[in-house]
Amino acid sequence: MSDCLKEKVGEVLLPGDIFSFENTSEKVICGPGLRRNGDEVLVCKSGILRHKHPNMYWVDSQQKRYVPVKGESVIGIVTAKSGDVFKVDVGGSELASLSYLAFEGATKRNRPNVQVGDLVYGQFLIANKDMEPELVCIDSCGRANGMGVFGAGGLLIKVSLGLVRRLLAQQSALVKELEQVFPFEMVVGLNGRVWVKAQSMQRVQVLASLLESCENMTPQQRHALFRRAANGAS
Amino acid sequence: MRETPLSNCERQFLLKAIEEKKRLDGRQTYDYRNIKITFGTDYGCCIVDLGKTRVLAQVSCELVAPKENRPTEGILFLSLELSPMASPIFEAGRQSELLVKLNRLLERCLRNSKCIDTESLCVVSGEKVWQIRVDVHVLNHEGNLMDAASIAAIAGLCHFRRPDVGIQGDEVTVYGPEERDPVPLSIYHMPICVSFAFFLEGTYLLVDPSEREERVMDGLLVIAMNKHREICSIQSSGGIMLLKDQVLRCSKIASVKVSEITDLINRALENDRKARKEGGKFGFAELMAVQRITALKSDEVSIEMSDGDAGAPSVAITTESPPEVGRVPSPVVRAPGAGQVGESLENAWGLEQLEEEEDQPGDEVMDEGLEIKEENQRQEKSKGEVVVISDSEEEEVVILNPKTQVKESTLHASQSQPQSTGAAKKKKKQQKKKPVH
Repeated sequence: MSDCLKEKVGEVLLPGDIFSFENTSEKVICGPGLRRNGDEVLVCKSGILRHKHPNMYWVDSQQKRYVPVKGESVIGIVTAKSGDVFKVDVGGSELASLSYLAFEGATKRNRPNVQVGDLVYGQFLIANKDMEPELVCIDSCGRANGMGVFGAGGLLIKVSLGLVRRLLAQQSALVKELEQVFPFEMVVGLNGRVWVKAQSMQRVQVLASLLESCENMTPQQRHALFRRAANGAS
Repeated sequence: MRETPLSNCERQFLLKAIEEKKRLDGRQTYDYRNIKITFGTDYGCCIVDLGKTRVLAQVSCELVAPKENRPTEGILFLSLELSPMASPIFEAGRQSELLVKLNRLLERCLRNSKCIDTESLCVVSGEKVWQIRVDVHVLNHEGNLMDAASIAAIAGLCHFRRPDVGIQGDEVTVYGPEERDPVPLSIYHMPICVSFAFFLEGTYLLVDPSEREERVMDGLLVIAMNKHREICSIQSSGGIMLLKDQVLRCSKIASVKVSEITDLINRALENDRKARKEGGKFGFAELMAVQRITALKSDEVSIEMSDGDAGAPSVAITTESPPEVGRVPSPVVRAPGAGQVGESLENAWGLEQLEEEEDQPGDEVMDEGLEIKEENQRQEKSKGEVVVISDSEEEEVVILNPKTQVKESTLHASQSQPQSTGAAKKKKKQQKKKPVH
């Protein structure tokens, strides 16, 4: 089983591709884009097959629509305050709820200062199919750990989920090249939202347009573009 | 579906940018986005692209009984639709406020300005007249639907040909296009809407607001004007107080914009007429061929970048986003197992490490292929009825893939057949050249 999957690592798979296996001695973990169906593994997204040691497989696909997944960190926009929860738009099919107690240091008396329209960075505590997802801005120890309300100044932009994953990848070449253009702050949510802030408004604009345009470039093209941006900016 | 809310930081940023006379997409205050007008194979079918906003107009005609109070006048019927295809916030079949407003504006812009001669549409007085129906469909919503819709509607009307009719005694014969050439409508003038968005209580003004700008604006002024500088309709919404000077200034800007757009429509019509006359290619089919998802087509991003600290005269350069992304296939040998759909374009699915390691052995081969491509491109450009208002228009890629081309040609009308075979031939040529190297 894992052999036939291993052969295809790095190749493009299309929805409907089937991997069947006879000897089920090994355990294989199927990530996004792969689905088990009886004795077969079905591909349900188009993209490149990735593998992680020992037996983890998933499909790296390009999409824009976000589907909440438990544990993922996202950028949400607070759309309403209702009772003791905030309703947060995370780009999914449903609004996520965020309890006012799910902030660091928040108590019943000491409510966090969150306004409608604010940006929050949080992670999903509950993200089930057909259920309202729930966000929290604290980790399991009750620490903010970088989460919470943010976004004074700066700009929120939307990019594809594939680009976001590339930005968050360890040793991402894209981020390294971006860092050399000029200093900036960036918050990346897995739901395809990126918040950027730089010294001047112009830089933010440059950064936003670089991020939006660099997705489909080859490294050489991107390099040339970033260099031009850096020369123009400094 | 719900609309994605606009966050406070976006709102603040946009307003601050507007105060500094900057726009997110790098345009100037009075700039339109790129306008592109394309005609379909049928008469009266027209797609207008305004940046990413895209609107389709289809004109059709029908013989009906006239209205009783106007027995000698034809009827112009306009209908605009917002489908969920344009934006997830639109619902099918729902009369939203925006829809009513757009329909009303379009009606006032075209019908009430009497831009087409309705008397000439009369066949038998009191019994039969032509009803001209303009259906405007919004295909993508990225702001300023009104301008795009009005351009599409008037361009469609100018392009439209109705069947000729002959009257012998009491008998009315409608001739098909084979028997007699269809007749164009008689158009008196071409009213075009120009939208102005006002910000911060009318202090700042922008032409052609994008979707985000529309969401932070305080008020909107739409002026419909023709190139003779006659105002056909004017509407201000949003409840802001405008000064007389502001309205006058807007009408001056509108007159400039309208004359530009009218020229563009005329040029597009002329190109289409030429292409039809010479038997060349026309219609959406060939346009679609270059806009496949694999075509790495990206719009231009131009941002003025200057030294913020020094305050010295700004060194303005524009970054046209990808340096010829659309045109130059990167000279990279395909990595084993690299996902690729179509030909001669490198995939962009995050295979960076592989690409970087590779040398550039295929450089010249690719250049040769490129030349052929560009030639092809040029031919298409000269024939095509696509006109783009832009200082630097980016070339689009024609993908020379025989298989998919054939597939497409079966999908589209039969006249795209010669194109596909032509493309296939070129592809062969290209392949022949490769082994030489």
